[in-house]
Amino acid sequence: MTDQRSQAEIVRNSLKRRYRKERRFRMYGMLAIFIALASLAILFADIITKGHTGFVKTTITLDVTLDSDMMYLDDPSDEDQLSMADFVAPLIAALQEHIPEADSAAEKRELGRLIGSYGASEVRNLLKDNPDLLNTTQTIEFLAHDRVSTYVKHADNPRYSVKLSEQQQRWVDELQEKGVIDTSFNDVLFSRGDSREPANAGILGAIVGSLLTMVVTLVIAFPVGIAAAVYLEEFAPQNKITDFIEVNINNLAAVPSIIFGLLGLAVFIGLFGMPRSVPVVGGMVLALMTLPTIIISGRAAIKSVPPSIREAAEGVGASKMQVVLHHVIPLAMPGMLTGSIIGMAQALGETAPLLLIGMVAFIVDVPGGFFDSATVLPVQIYLWASSSEQGFIELASAGIMVLLTFMITMNALAIWLRKRLERRW
Amino acid sequence: MQTANLLPLVLVLAVVAYGLAYMRSRAVAAPLGGIRNLKALPFYYAARAALWCAIPALIVLAAWAGFEGKVIQGIVIASLPQDVWPESAGEASLILSQISNVAAGKLNPEFVPEHIVGAASVLETMDDQSENFKAALVLLVAVSGAAFAWTRVSPHINARINVETTLRRIFFVCAALAVLTTAGIVFSVILETIRFFGRVPISDFLFSTSWSPQTALRADQVGSEGAFGVIPLFTGTLLISAIALLVAVPVGLLSAIYLSEYASRRVRSSAKPLLEMLAGIPTVVYGFFAALTVAPFIRELAETVGLEASSQSALAAGLVMGIMIVPFVSSLSDDVINAVPQSMRDGSLALGATQSETMKKVIFPAALPGIIGGILLAASRAIGETMIVVMAAGLAANLTANPLESVTTVTVQIATLLVGDQEFDSAKTLSAFALGMLLFIVTLLLNVVALKIVRKYREQYD
Repeated sequence: MTDQRSQAEIVRNSLKRRYRKERRFRMYGMLAIFIALASLAILFADIITKGHTGFVKTTITLDVTLDSDMMYLDDPSDEDQLSMADFVAPLIAALQEHIPEADSAAEKRELGRLIGSYGASEVRNLLKDNPDLLNTTQTIEFLAHDRVSTYVKHADNPRYSVKLSEQQQRWVDELQEKGVIDTSFNDVLFSRGDSREPANAGILGAIVGSLLTMVVTLVIAFPVGIAAAVYLEEFAPQNKITDFIEVNINNLAAVPSIIFGLLGLAVFIGLFGMPRSVPVVGGMVLALMTLPTIIISGRAAIKSVPPSIREAAEGVGASKMQVVLHHVIPLAMPGMLTGSIIGMAQALGETAPLLLIGMVAFIVDVPGGFFDSATVLPVQIYLWASSSEQGFIELASAGIMVLLTFMITMNALAIWLRKRLERRW
Repeated sequence: MQTANLLPLVLVLAVVAYGLAYMRSRAVAAPLGGIRNLKALPFYYAARAALWCAIPALIVLAAWAGFEGKVIQGIVIASLPQDVWPESAGEASLILSQISNVAAGKLNPEFVPEHIVGAASVLETMDDQSENFKAALVLLVAVSGAAFAWTRVSPHINARINVETTLRRIFFVCAALAVLTTAGIVFSVILETIRFFGRVPISDFLFSTSWSPQTALRADQVGSEGAFGVIPLFTGTLLISAIALLVAVPVGLLSAIYLSEYASRRVRSSAKPLLEMLAGIPTVVYGFFAALTVAPFIRELAETVGLEASSQSALAAGLVMGIMIVPFVSSLSDDVINAVPQSMRDGSLALGATQSETMKKVIFPAALPGIIGGILLAASRAIGETMIVVMAAGLAANLTANPLESVTTVTVQIATLLVGDQEFDSAKTLSAFALGMLLFIVTLLLNVVALKIVRKYREQYD
């Protein structure tokens, strides 16, 4: 009796400590989840703070007098004259209208540097296309030089203004007050390919490259993946070959992606002599990489089709293949689609294997076909992120936002499909 | 004709063959008194014709397109005068690129030796001929395949069985593609690795402690040999992976425990997808985050404490990689924790144990093998991860255990050695394939062991 009571007492006395332990353990769990979710939040917040300025462009709008004497240009249709003419002079003159204090040669030069280096060629192209505009005054909108752009976008942060002289900073402030320098939505980002200058660079080339690559991946991986899943679930005999195939698929799913890049480099480019940097090769490499994902999810979808449906179809005389083609695949399709979309989203974000097959080249033109040199969104982000210029860092973050938007849309589509179409038996 | 144009053409032919065979099968059936007197539905005769048309033609097309480039290159090289035959593969690729540039009109023929111009015209005619022959052959095969199937539309032949057997074989080939991929990987790394070990002894590769693959252009330059010791790369990889696991294992495991044992339904249904989101974010985004936010932050933090940190530290890469693999650890542990039978849980709780005691003393030991399997999979993921370390870990091969210094990893070296133009023949390029092989073997071993543990464990409770 006494023994039992003392035991009960021991238990009761230890309860407080045990409950404390219990609470502490619970706290650890909450802390772990908090850490994971906080990292996610910090990641997103960081990207957005770094990248929102990437969606803004800085422009300079000027009334430029296209004076033929100033440009040493009499006849804009003459190629020789065009190549010799000075298109910067009218720009500086137009800027001087707003800032009369800059009249020495050095100051003028400084003034001219506010306009991006493509300003002169913009005037040149305008005159080349419309020779009648010579000796008229035109209102033209230029992209500001990258340093000006960075200064304007980060006006409250002195770290970003160091690249402009104090004089230039004063001028920029003055021009901004007069409304000559202005910011607006960065349509350049979505209408051009890469460039050496951040203000002129866009992600359209990379988006189109990604799209072409994904089309190749989808065309290869989806039918092959589904066929493989159907074979393994429905037809494969229980033997060593089937086991071997299954082990292979499971292992391929966990092979580092860069190894697939080595495969593409050695087999597709080295052995078959396919061109480098093209969406076809990129798509094929990514297809091989995504296949295991599609096969594994496809098998799960096929498994979830109840056997009663197969038996019913067989009962009315359908052959095995008819059962599969007419009943199992249509019923498993939502699940297969979901898995495929998730696999494609993964492929869309993949970078490493594409580095090895040369999709990192600097490409200005928007690719026009499957055999054009191209780059893809994540690789473009990598290229910009490796640059030291603030303008490119902004673009990289903006690119990340675009990439994440695509991926979240794809995943949301997959979830919606699953909710909408998947049947539970 | 271009491959890109031939492909749709073959498909159109297949559709035509389908239509023709369909009509013929009905025509054959009509005098017999309707399609019920055929051995199979008209659809199967038609489908068989389409398959006969498309499959052989596509095989011919793929084979031709695959080997055309290499064969033409061989012929072009052979057409050069004997005294300018290239001696090495590097020289050959240089000459070939000159020739193709001349042929494409990118290089002015006046700037190159005469034999190159001659070879360029050979290349042009060969390209034209190859295109023509390819188109002719593919179309011939497609049409004769369709014609053969058309003649075999007969009420005595069961086309359904033919079609189904063919389809089943196609399905099998698709499944076997996984084996082919593995074989391709092994083949691509092994050949180059053997060539690499022909130049650098395998003992140097495995046991030497210095890595500097920059081979000099001239043989008499200092350090012209290059050093290919994999140890600093391996320690770098292990250091970063260890940091990553130190973050991911506790965070992932504890979140899995909390979500499966404590969290309410509502919390679980919102927290779990958010956790999974961490796994869906592209690695290049993590790399960006590690290189531009975490690394500078760590450096500043270290400086305020009086430590010296490199701008590309192993710590930054490892921390961010750890966050990336949290969902792997948590979802795998979640699976195994849920697989522990409810009766064990109930038994422990009925004896008066608290939830945390049940977790620590009953469920965790029971789930341990599965959890270890999950951790091994996460480790293989960390070792093979490329973009985070390329962007945040650096290139210098330091043999160090200090997480604040910059280290380099196997994947970083593969990527840097193979990005951009490379001669296919130098030890530098080949070493990347040797590293790839090493990486493949290590991750494969980890995966095989992990999968085995996980599977064995699953069987135990099923």
